[in-house]
Amino acid sequence: MCAKRISVIDSERCVGCQLCMFACTRRLGYGGLGFSAILVKSTGGIERGFTVIVCRACPDPPCQKVCPTGALIVREGGGVRLNTDKCIGCGHCRDACPFGAIFWNYELNKPIVCLYCGYCVNYCPYRILAFEEVGK
Amino acid sequence: MNGRVLYIDLSRKRSWIDKCELFADRIGGVGVGIKLLEEELPKGADPLGPENVIIFAVGPLTGLYPMASKTIALFKSPLTGNLGESHAGGRSAIAIRSAGYDAIVIKGASETPIYVAVHGERVFFRDASGLWGVGSSLTVGRVIREREPDAGIRSIMRIGVAGEKLVRYACVTTETYRHFGRLGLGAVFGSKKLKALVVSGRGVILVKDAKLYRTLYDEIFNAATKTAIMRKYHDIGTSMNVSPLNEIGGLPTRNLKEAKFEGAEKISGEFLAENYLGRRVACSHCPVACIHLAALREPYEDEPYFYKTTMISYDYELIYALGSMLGISDTKGMLKLFHEVEVLGIDAISTGVVLAWMTEAFEKNLISETETAGLKPKWGDWRTYLRLMRAIVEQPTEFYRDLSMGVFYASNKYGGSDYALSFGGNEMPGYHTGPATHIGFLTGARHSHLDSAGYSLDQKLLKEKRKPSVEEVADYLLEEESWRQILSSLVVCFFARGIYNPTLVEETLKSVGYGFSSAELIRLGLDILRDKNRFKMREGFKISGLKLAKRICETVSPLGYIDSEFVEESVGLFYTKMGF
Repeated sequence: MCAKRISVIDSERCVGCQLCMFACTRRLGYGGLGFSAILVKSTGGIERGFTVIVCRACPDPPCQKVCPTGALIVREGGGVRLNTDKCIGCGHCRDACPFGAIFWNYELNKPIVCLYCGYCVNYCPYRILAFEEVGK
Repeated sequence: MNGRVLYIDLSRKRSWIDKCELFADRIGGVGVGIKLLEEELPKGADPLGPENVIIFAVGPLTGLYPMASKTIALFKSPLTGNLGESHAGGRSAIAIRSAGYDAIVIKGASETPIYVAVHGERVFFRDASGLWGVGSSLTVGRVIREREPDAGIRSIMRIGVAGEKLVRYACVTTETYRHFGRLGLGAVFGSKKLKALVVSGRGVILVKDAKLYRTLYDEIFNAATKTAIMRKYHDIGTSMNVSPLNEIGGLPTRNLKEAKFEGAEKISGEFLAENYLGRRVACSHCPVACIHLAALREPYEDEPYFYKTTMISYDYELIYALGSMLGISDTKGMLKLFHEVEVLGIDAISTGVVLAWMTEAFEKNLISETETAGLKPKWGDWRTYLRLMRAIVEQPTEFYRDLSMGVFYASNKYGGSDYALSFGGNEMPGYHTGPATHIGFLTGARHSHLDSAGYSLDQKLLKEKRKPSVEEVADYLLEEESWRQILSSLVVCFFARGIYNPTLVEETLKSVGYGFSSAELIRLGLDILRDKNRFKMREGFKISGLKLAKRICETVSPLGYIDSEFVEESVGLFYTKMGF
């Protein structure tokens, strides 16, 4: 079984257009950025370039370890899936991720977790992102 | 569009939200903005008084489709004393829409320096007395970045010292390298003691037909990334204009004493890309990445092997204003001037034109070292220009205060109006391509090259080797400026005008619930343009007051010498056709 994830190949090439972020929310049928599970921000000012924050599909994910209700389930091959019914919105997962790759839906008070669909990769104009097997 | 408008009253430190019905008929951006300005701004208001109003507006495609990433600002300009309009990208537009607003209206004035942070529904009035007077606008950005949340999805619109000191052509900078550049929005911020406006939000935009939305999206995305339409803006960027304009003799040089610059190669887009280009940057939701940053590596003089590298944004207009207009071909020196306008927060075009006029006035002994406090402006001498820029901002003497009022004001006081390159009070952009460009500067609602792009018509005529009729120029400019009202109501970047043609605009608007036909859109564009001009007339604008500096007709253009009678007739016809 090959689980895939979004890899950041070369963030130095990133121009900060954020098309990946828009793609993520668009895939769910909305405009804007509010439901995006990927974030492009400057590394301390735009003159210094950008950093891309997205779930790296850890084989041993810390976010899952701190989930008190078992709402986060380890995906085979790495990464997690969210069972929103079980989630109580405590936010521990968000705090546990060292990359800041768990985002938040403030209306539902639930985490936004990457679905590893690869949709954003199609809209990266400069090949910063790739949809690859975990561990590659 | 939900029609939600956030009102911020700086005098009372209060904010409220109102529903605005205008978005249904007038789309957004300038279409709505000009009506709001007309409504909110008292007739004859002092541009630097608390009664001036700033309107920021976005459009129905913002956050949905690529390149609909501009925010338009409307206000009363302290430079021209009339309609002020300026557009900027960065993350400003998406931030405003994600915060849940289609427009933000800023009124009143604070007594002490503040900055305003809008995070979704919540509006904070924060003290900025410590930030007031900080020498570099880059530092101001850095400080606010550390203090405010939402990195990556926020916009920080701020002014530099120039805005605080009310330089009439001070700009507002957003995301370090984008600007509400022209017509002095920075001074309006400064007069209101508003150091910055921070906006962020996490709202999503509802879409009726997600499948249709994605299909249309892909069409635009593919046109922008897989065809050649946007390529030039990405590759070399707007600075690609330097070489061809110089070749045809349309690059204003040394205050337009000439239109061909012997040092053009060293300031050309190709040269900059090869030797200095260090990074490309994009506005949010634009795949093009037209923002070109030069990496300038300089040694410190007091210690060996100690260097700093500064990332400096460059574009065609800066190269014109702070390069050829000042006779500068030293690439590094020119880049330092670019950096300095960024640090101070002044409009590069106006600054360059003011400095060019001043240099010529000094040459002709209209002004002397008494006025300049010992500084001697000289073509090509970027070191002195660096000091002069700072003097314009700090205004140590009456003369520099006068320069901070713009070239029209300064030349009225000291003489040299014949070569003071201003149009309707706004300093000239970088095109001396023929009559159409200058007629466009005169007739354009904001007297800018962005209004109607007359230089395109000039260059087309040059290729076809023919002279236009008065009517052809008037028709072309009116049609172009009218259509641009639609683009700046949407608010789509003008660089994407090749993609957002009337048919596509009709379709994208349909996907968000608007029923305009292409023909109706074209009519609406003309209506918006009329509204702008009506507003200008309300505030005292007179067609008969439009003057062409003699210099324009004295320096040969690629289409020959420009005939002032031809210009006058064409200007008259333009307004007649518009309905005035």
